[in-house]
Amino acid sequence: MATPEQRVREPVESVAQPLASSEPAPKLTFEAKNVSIWYGQKRAIEDVSLNIISKAVTAIIGPSGCGKSTFLRALNRMHELTPSARMEGTVLLHGENLYSKTVDPAIVRRRVGMVFQKSNPFPTMTIGENVICGLRLNGVRNQKFLNERLEKSLRMAALWDEVKDDLHKPGTSLSGGQQQRLCIARALAVEPEVILMDEPCSALDPIATAKIEELINELKARYTIVTVTHNMQQAGRISDYTAFFYLGRLIEFGPTTAIFTNPTERQTEDYITGRFG
Amino acid sequence: MRSKRTDNHSWRKIKSALASTTAFVSAILVILPLGLVFFHLLVNGINSVNWDFFTKLPAPVGEVGGGMANAIVGSLELLALAGVIGIPVGVLGGVYLAEYGSARINSVLRFLADVLNGIPSITWGVVVYGLIVLRFKSFSVLAGGLALGLIMIPLILRTTEEVVLLVPNGYREAALALGVSRWQTIVHIVMKTASKGIITGILLALARIGGETAPLLFTAFGNRFWNHSLTQPIAALPLQIYTYAISPYDDWHRQAWAGALVLVTGIFCVNVLVRFLTRGRGAPVA
Repeated sequence: MATPEQRVREPVESVAQPLASSEPAPKLTFEAKNVSIWYGQKRAIEDVSLNIISKAVTAIIGPSGCGKSTFLRALNRMHELTPSARMEGTVLLHGENLYSKTVDPAIVRRRVGMVFQKSNPFPTMTIGENVICGLRLNGVRNQKFLNERLEKSLRMAALWDEVKDDLHKPGTSLSGGQQQRLCIARALAVEPEVILMDEPCSALDPIATAKIEELINELKARYTIVTVTHNMQQAGRISDYTAFFYLGRLIEFGPTTAIFTNPTERQTEDYITGRFG
Repeated sequence: MRSKRTDNHSWRKIKSALASTTAFVSAILVILPLGLVFFHLLVNGINSVNWDFFTKLPAPVGEVGGGMANAIVGSLELLALAGVIGIPVGVLGGVYLAEYGSARINSVLRFLADVLNGIPSITWGVVVYGLIVLRFKSFSVLAGGLALGLIMIPLILRTTEEVVLLVPNGYREAALALGVSRWQTIVHIVMKTASKGIITGILLALARIGGETAPLLFTAFGNRFWNHSLTQPIAALPLQIYTYAISPYDDWHRQAWAGALVLVTGIFCVNVLVRFLTRGRGAPVA
């Protein structure tokens, strides 16, 4: 019988199994292979290989400091903004290596959008300007196109009805939950293929949280969504697949129902049942 | 009979009163010079501030009247030229310090900027005298503007750096996560968010160099007539005040008071404008 420490060091080979074996293998959006990330001398992620399935919600759970946010940020190269960060391994997006020398990180981030823990609408812009600013700063000038995209994005973010008469008001005038949906609309406006969410509800009250969760459920018909969450119940409610990280390693990955009802790893079970973390 | 305890209590009260009185007196002492200076200028200068003062050239020695029109325009010209040199270099340098560069090089640059800020302004005049005036064998607007511009650079650089650093990182990340390039993020998100603070820094630097006399002594030199060329000497308000104040003529003394009053009022107005700009919500300011 291995001790928990030994278990942690055992590499986990985890390619998600299809929900039912008779179905064809699901399409993959990301294929992360042997990803390790250091901040200076400190290793934040150790040899993680993980496949993210298209048009589904994948939740990354784990205790604080387990590297789940770092892994998420490696999926759109946001971790590179930390000057001391260093990475090994590869991440493929639809089969293309995100880290090949010819790939511009700005292009990666246009394809892989991100929503942050703290809502951050630009304080110098109105609600409307916030939504289309990604397009504008990328050079889109066609006003008709911008207006269409503005309405479409706000509708997809379930915010249109609440703000359609206030588009000229500052983005920071909205409530916390509305601001977060504004940030989702802003991310959707550049039409990414994937949306990464870094604890999108942790600063929100239960009602605003419920709205965002509902929104995530609607968005997965069109987008691949990867979300980091501290909230196990939330992971259970919104995700199709769950990855459990501990001490920078991927401990277990699989369909959420399997992870929550019948985890194969002891640590996963301990964490999910609240014995630690 | 009073107990020891109440004695203590009243002693504490006295100490408290003493402390607040000292603080109040200190506050008055801070404001007093400003009030005195302004009052003195007003009493001595207000009679000579008239239409002629703003529209006429200085009168020849012995003639009463005349004004400082050329010096006022000259000062504005010098400030404009200094701004053209100092604002872009200062702002872009400040943005570089806040957004780019390695920590070690930046701390060296920051230290050097602070040293430059501490250099006596007459030194800048001497430097530009050596670089420009001697080479072209003429005092000039260009030399004066350059001297003032060089003084502005480290001032603006440091204030810009500080307000840019105040912009929360979340905004940078949000823009970069939309696939916006680094420089677009800096120009359209970071600098726009910090714009009030950057403008404040620029205005304060202009107000500071507006009153500089020493660096102009060997560069702009002064001029009793209209200047029509960037390569010729030009009048400036502080220079004119200096020349008139050390002269032996009563009429010139009166003009010097008037000039000082106009200069101080102008700088005061810039500071009020800064207050006005930095009011209001949101964006970080200096």
